[in-house]
Amino acid sequence: MTEPIVRVSDLRFAWPGQPVLLDIDQFQLAAGERLFLRGPSGSGKSTFLGLIAGVLESVDGTVEVMGQNLIGLPGSRRDRIRADHLGVIFQMFNLVPYLSVVQNVALTCRFSKRRRAEAIRQGGIEAEAKRLLARLGLEDEGLRSRRVTELSVGQQQRVAAARALIGNPALIIADEPTSALDADARDRFIELLSDEATKTGAALLFVSHDGGLARLFDRAIDLEDLNRADQVEGALS
Amino acid sequence: MSVSIFSLAWQSLMNRRVSAVLTVIAIALSVALFLGVEKARTAAKDGFDNTISGTELIVGAPSGQINLLLYSVFRLGNATAEISWPAYEEIANREDVAWTVPISLGDSHRGYRVLGTNLDYFEHYKYGQRQSLAIAEGMVFDDLFDAVIGAEIAKQLGYGIGTPLILTHGIGAPGLNDHDNRPFRVVGILRPTGTPVDQTIHVSLEAITAIHVGWETGTRSRFADSITEEMIRSLPSLTPRTITAVFVGLKNRATILRTRRDINTNMSEPMLAIIPGQALAELWQVMGTAERVLLAVSAFVIAVGLVSILTSILTSLNERRREMSILRAVGARPGHVFALLIVEAAVLGFVGAVLGALLIQLILAIAAPFLSLQYGIALMGTGPGLVDLYTIIAVTLAATVLGVWPAITALRRSLADGLTVRV
Repeated sequence: MTEPIVRVSDLRFAWPGQPVLLDIDQFQLAAGERLFLRGPSGSGKSTFLGLIAGVLESVDGTVEVMGQNLIGLPGSRRDRIRADHLGVIFQMFNLVPYLSVVQNVALTCRFSKRRRAEAIRQGGIEAEAKRLLARLGLEDEGLRSRRVTELSVGQQQRVAAARALIGNPALIIADEPTSALDADARDRFIELLSDEATKTGAALLFVSHDGGLARLFDRAIDLEDLNRADQVEGALS
Repeated sequence: MSVSIFSLAWQSLMNRRVSAVLTVIAIALSVALFLGVEKARTAAKDGFDNTISGTELIVGAPSGQINLLLYSVFRLGNATAEISWPAYEEIANREDVAWTVPISLGDSHRGYRVLGTNLDYFEHYKYGQRQSLAIAEGMVFDDLFDAVIGAEIAKQLGYGIGTPLILTHGIGAPGLNDHDNRPFRVVGILRPTGTPVDQTIHVSLEAITAIHVGWETGTRSRFADSITEEMIRSLPSLTPRTITAVFVGLKNRATILRTRRDINTNMSEPMLAIIPGQALAELWQVMGTAERVLLAVSAFVIAVGLVSILTSILTSLNERRREMSILRAVGARPGHVFALLIVEAAVLGFVGAVLGALLIQLILAIAAPFLSLQYGIALMGTGPGLVDLYTIIAVTLAATVLGVWPAITALRRSLADGLTVRV
């Protein structure tokens, strides 16, 4: 078995002045694996993803991404790893309102030389952005030339998926990307994202409160089983 | 990175076009005001300094040096006393003096001052970069009642060669004190100079004496009207008994201080000699205060414009939290977020300042013909120059520095927010 993309051990995290939110003994994500992480809102899912993405800093434990422990790493190094190897999709409002659809997809390439080089190798940044959009069902030129704010939520999420996928990242992190979609759109979105991730060999960490989606993934974990901290916030929400 | 952040900042500003344009307008107007004041100040000073050149000393009756400068060069105010003709000759005959131009003031025509002098005036009086007066039309005065008028008088009063004019005693409105039995005739019109010469009527010293025959007490005597032109012309000498001031050129500029001290202390009657450049500088210090206050006020207006940049960016930050976390998610470092906002502020400042500098040039281009036609004000040295460049740089730098505030705010928030905006 190859080195896992993500390996978390003995992780403890608390927001300043609040009780411990996350206390995770072990968590692993293998290369190319498609993992479903279930948890109700407020259970610390987004915080967990923030730690893996290297946007948040923890005090204790190990969060290894691509073999590098993010904990204790300078912010600029964590930013570099995120830019080079991660694709992130949010619940909604994924897009920069003043950029075009294609520019939004290509945004990652502005901050990562590796992703830019990879996209160029695959036929050029713009061509690759358009190819990914087409793969995700946004081949219509008229649609692409619209302002991103005029797209439907489902279309916006697919643009976000294309952005996460461009330049062959090793890991796609999706934080409730389908919660604003209806059931049909939701399943199709996951299918497309999942297919593309498989094609590029990216691992997929998909987080949702909706346990019913678990069937669409290789493996499913409940954050509540993973997290040993008291679920104070979970009880509140 | 720099290019991509710049284009991001630009697109972001374009997205908030209305607010960005309003901010740019505020900056542009304030910069235009500032540069306008600065240019008016420079033009005024240049015009001022160029009023007289090539004259080493001006000598008059003792008063203040500014007072003497004002009436002898700017035709402002009146001489409180005059110097005698023998005293003038004493100066003219000095070893170290190369030339002298005596002038006599005190009369006017429809508000324009009359200057009695001799033909040396046209040879030695210089302005600007040692330019001589030039006749645009006609010739210099020859006959007793000939007059040479400045360009502005010709334009404003519509006078041409041959136009008769009546001088008025003193500087009041035409009327009771008119020298109406001694009409003059325009024989020459001078080229425009942008100096008070444009508003001066030049006649001979003898003419000044002539029109005052019968006016020795300062007002019209009972006999004045019965004296005919023929009687005046037949007088043995029309050499004035007093003159108002003398312009002096020296043989050697190096003796200027010694000559001045000599004239001030060692002459047969008390006199005051001044160095025009020095007197001009002193006078400008007095007048310059008002200009500096105006400049300071307009600098504050720029500060207000800069604050509008701050307002516009700070108010946008709340709605842009999401944007910042997206940028962070795709790999933007905190430095990128910081740079984005700094660059936005700098772009607003720079574009505003450049537009302001262009606006003032446009205004000057439109106003220049009007100003020179209506007021005889020549806008010299108001073209685009270093002051514009420095102002643009200063405003851009100031905007950049102000941009640090919203940039730090955005940076802190985006670090705290992580990938999810917690509002």
